[in-house]
Amino acid sequence: MKLFRDTWLIFSQSVRTTLRMPVWVIIGIFQPLCYLLLFAPLLQGFSRVPGFPPGGAMTVFTPGLLIMMGIFGTVFNGFGLLFELQSGVIERLRVTPVSRWALLLGRVLRDVLMLLIQSVLLVLVAILLGAHSNLTGLLLTFALLILLGAGLSACSYALALALKDANALSSFLNTVSMPLILLSGIYLPLTLAPALLRTIANFNPFAYAVSAARLLFNGNLGDSAVIEGFVIMGVLMLAALLWGAHSFQRATT
Amino acid sequence: MPIIEVEALWKSFKTMRDRKKVQVDALSGVDLQVQKGEIFGFLGPNGAGKTTMLRILATLLPPDKGRAVVAGYDLLREPKKVRTCIGYVSQAGGADSMSTGRENLILQARLYDLTASTARKRAAELISNLEMTSFADRLVRTHSGGQRRRLDLALGLVHQPKLLFLDEPTLGLDPQSRAQVWGEVRKLHTAGTTIFLTTHYLEEADSLCDRLAIIDEGKIVAEGTPTQLKQQIAGDVITLSLQNAVEAIPRAEELLRAQPFIRSMQQAADQQLQVYVERGEESLATIMRTLDAAKLNVHAVSLARPSLDDVFLRQTGHSLASSTAQQNGQGRS
Repeated sequence: MKLFRDTWLIFSQSVRTTLRMPVWVIIGIFQPLCYLLLFAPLLQGFSRVPGFPPGGAMTVFTPGLLIMMGIFGTVFNGFGLLFELQSGVIERLRVTPVSRWALLLGRVLRDVLMLLIQSVLLVLVAILLGAHSNLTGLLLTFALLILLGAGLSACSYALALALKDANALSSFLNTVSMPLILLSGIYLPLTLAPALLRTIANFNPFAYAVSAARLLFNGNLGDSAVIEGFVIMGVLMLAALLWGAHSFQRATT
Repeated sequence: MPIIEVEALWKSFKTMRDRKKVQVDALSGVDLQVQKGEIFGFLGPNGAGKTTMLRILATLLPPDKGRAVVAGYDLLREPKKVRTCIGYVSQAGGADSMSTGRENLILQARLYDLTASTARKRAAELISNLEMTSFADRLVRTHSGGQRRRLDLALGLVHQPKLLFLDEPTLGLDPQSRAQVWGEVRKLHTAGTTIFLTTHYLEEADSLCDRLAIIDEGKIVAEGTPTQLKQQIAGDVITLSLQNAVEAIPRAEELLRAQPFIRSMQQAADQQLQVYVERGEESLATIMRTLDAAKLNVHAVSLARPSLDDVFLRQTGHSLASSTAQQNGQGRS
């Protein structure tokens, strides 16, 4: 019970702080919106290329874009924590009896909430531009996004607590996120990729998330790839949460 | 029963020095006791290990070796119970800058298991007691340094702890804010709270603390009440600045050593010689004549009662005041 109460306290405090600076929520959605408005239309021509999944460019691109927003929108959350670490906030909180899990989960839940708000907005715009989906598939895609976002957020916090330095964190995240995103089929489906890249992508957990999201968006709820995606994201999330909680336990300036 | 008991505490860190990984002993076998209800001070220059000690006692860092009992609970075995009894105000304070002072206080209170309404009442109480009414409902990032510090103090007091740790409570504050903080500390003391503070300000240690320990490079070099410590260097201090100091000082020491009223001598920073005597006003004339006869030119002399800086100098071989000034970017001539 203490865990739930503490998590709620940290969560509501975090939400209140974020809503005071809503610019970050807007920036988070700005990049995917650009892709949707300025890049996706270029894919119209591609939808006739053999190997391109069915459904039209918008419908194929949007789920990948959601995953991209899930990644880029959460993986840099550690920076906010760095600031709190350096100004002594984390230290002050750790002297209180607050649960270490609450320190992590309160923040992660806030990040997931913001991600959901951004995702809903993005999907609305995509639908206006011609993407079609079905409600169940959409809701399940959001569920997948929650797993992915929670996991990456926790990772970002754990990394911030381990590296303690903005430059180191920035270098690490930028270096690692680029290949992960390129090899996950977000911009163009991996079915178009040469065999070598497709093989490497088999080791990229986010490739499975993108495939699952595309299938869900199109209404193929029962495909084994969907279950694969959920399981992989679920396992990653649990591992990340454990890492994050452990990091909060030992956090020092 | 002392409220804090520390036995043989060791803590070291790995840092980079000259591009090599080096192990630094922040605390080397520290023993100390703090009695209930006293204001106990840790006096020492930056880097002496004061903050590390406070962090360990506040359950933020584990020690490498040794044991400690804080507020009746073993630090390593029952840290959660320790946390319910202590308050901690770090150098940075740690108030959330994007919330108001009141919001910070209410959250802090709720984290100590107070109900929402009790938390609100407690926050209001602290705001009025610490005179924060004029700024408590503004965002913390708009606060001045003195206002921040008062909020930091309030955050440490929200659950009325019997033991309060203060890390450099008046660092960087203007004299008025500092006086305010001192007033608050004395009020808490009167109400029975035990206070463990660290400082590198001599007047703060001297005027606030019931007892203090002088720490340098991770070791305690002296312990006692401010009066006791100064009495160890009973008598006056005559400080001499000699021309051609490098040659003159050893010669002066040799000459003065023969005098019966000299208790001891020490070379201080800035090439000055400090001479400890029983009665400075009587000894001064003899000293000047002796040095004059040997043709050693004294170009400045001063006479003073001992201060904690003299205690520090005697115990560690360097002066706290000048080492702090150097670290603050002055005095390297």
